[in-house]
Amino acid sequence: MQDAFAQALERWPRTGIPGRPGAWIQTVARNAAIDRIRRARTLDRKAELLARAEAAEEEDVDTLPDERLALIFTCCHPALAVDAQVALTLQAVGGLTAAEVARAFLVPEPTMAQRLVRAKRKIRAAGIPFRVPPDHLLPDRITAALATLYLIFNAGYGPPVRDELCDEAIRLGKLLAVLMPDEPEALGLAALMLLHDARRDARRGETLVLLEDQDSSLWDPARIGEGRRLLDRALRLRRPGPYQLQAAIASLHLEDETDWPQIAALYGELAARKPSPVVELNRAVAVAMADGPEAGLELIDRIDLPGYYLVHSARADLLRRLGRDDEAAAEYARALALDPSEQERVFLSERLRSLRGRDRPISA
Amino acid sequence: MQYMLLIHSSEDGWNALTEAEQGEMYAAYGTFTQALRDKGAFVAGDQLAGASDATTVRVRDGETLITDGPFAETKEQLGGYYLIEAESLDEAIEWAARIPGARYGTIEVRPLVMQSAEVAG
Repeated sequence: MQDAFAQALERWPRTGIPGRPGAWIQTVARNAAIDRIRRARTLDRKAELLARAEAAEEEDVDTLPDERLALIFTCCHPALAVDAQVALTLQAVGGLTAAEVARAFLVPEPTMAQRLVRAKRKIRAAGIPFRVPPDHLLPDRITAALATLYLIFNAGYGPPVRDELCDEAIRLGKLLAVLMPDEPEALGLAALMLLHDARRDARRGETLVLLEDQDSSLWDPARIGEGRRLLDRALRLRRPGPYQLQAAIASLHLEDETDWPQIAALYGELAARKPSPVVELNRAVAVAMADGPEAGLELIDRIDLPGYYLVHSARADLLRRLGRDDEAAAEYARALALDPSEQERVFLSERLRSLRGRDRPISA
Repeated sequence: MQYMLLIHSSEDGWNALTEAEQGEMYAAYGTFTQALRDKGAFVAGDQLAGASDATTVRVRDGETLITDGPFAETKEQLGGYYLIEAESLDEAIEWAARIPGARYGTIEVRPLVMQSAEVAG
């Protein structure tokens, strides 16, 4: 969720450039072309996969891949508290020490140590099985494991960015994708994390750096390439899900020109599968970019998310673009009153200041 | 391992059922109990009388304090239990989810300690 918050802010529309309607189709066509090339290199790909699996194995020589998978599922068992799942996964699968996990989550070390001890005791005492869940339980458990990994990533994504958590979540996500190659959502999550993380260096700073203000030369082309490859592989399995949809959206955001209508459509699809006010907010922002601020405002006004500062900051931005400066200023003030993170506070204050310094409305 | 499945539910909800509905519920419990027996998972299980019939006992400084009523006055009360034999928590959770009361109340799954000591050893 943290990530969705940050994303909503980053995707904040400002200039209202209409997207290229055909961009997604072009992307698909390009992917199909890549497919053809890749089919010609199937052997290379198999070798690459094998090499990756072997590399993963070398990291932990005394466990077989299946045991590592069982370990992930045990650590992410829904009978454990979520914070315990996260800590345990980082320690047991990720190999972090309790001190490192504590530091990453800004929790005192004894607290973290106790959390880990309690979680391990519950695994033993409650008989949480150490195994890959049987088929009838697997879909739910995969969802739980993916959610835990994404939580780790979001904790690292910030702002502020915490590198070790991002790196570890991606490593574990890729491991899960290698261990479950037929699970499209595992591939989708790995792709999503890579595509977000490609912008890690462009997001650092004292204030929030919006996507549109980011220096795209700081984006990591290797991560973008790897993320898109994994997403392609996921999409070929033809079982779309929330992570694949979010990865597709992240991928579109990395295009030179943002295809807002396509992004709005993907958010619509996401909202249909996994309804949440935060997804609706993102969709409203995309619609505002595609169809104009009024259309976005109309959607935002239907969102029931009291006390959530991003709703106010998004409204503020749309009002600002419509030249309704007084209303915009009031919304910025409301957003600031809801205690956003430090970087977000700096950003919102600057926006508010520039608005007050504006003599007359400037149309977007 | 052995697990205690504690069935918590609202007594008001139960009392609001018609006789026919209560009959259906008993039949559903009968079916569930039989399923446990068929798999050799049944150890024990009973329905408890209402919380209004409960008596609470505490000993403090050697003195026995007796109070009328359940341990805690909450909307959902312990109404019954099953003691089952299951291979893992997953299996216990699957049984718990099949208890008719799970559809309107809450089932608490508690492993028994002796068994976990065996596993640990």
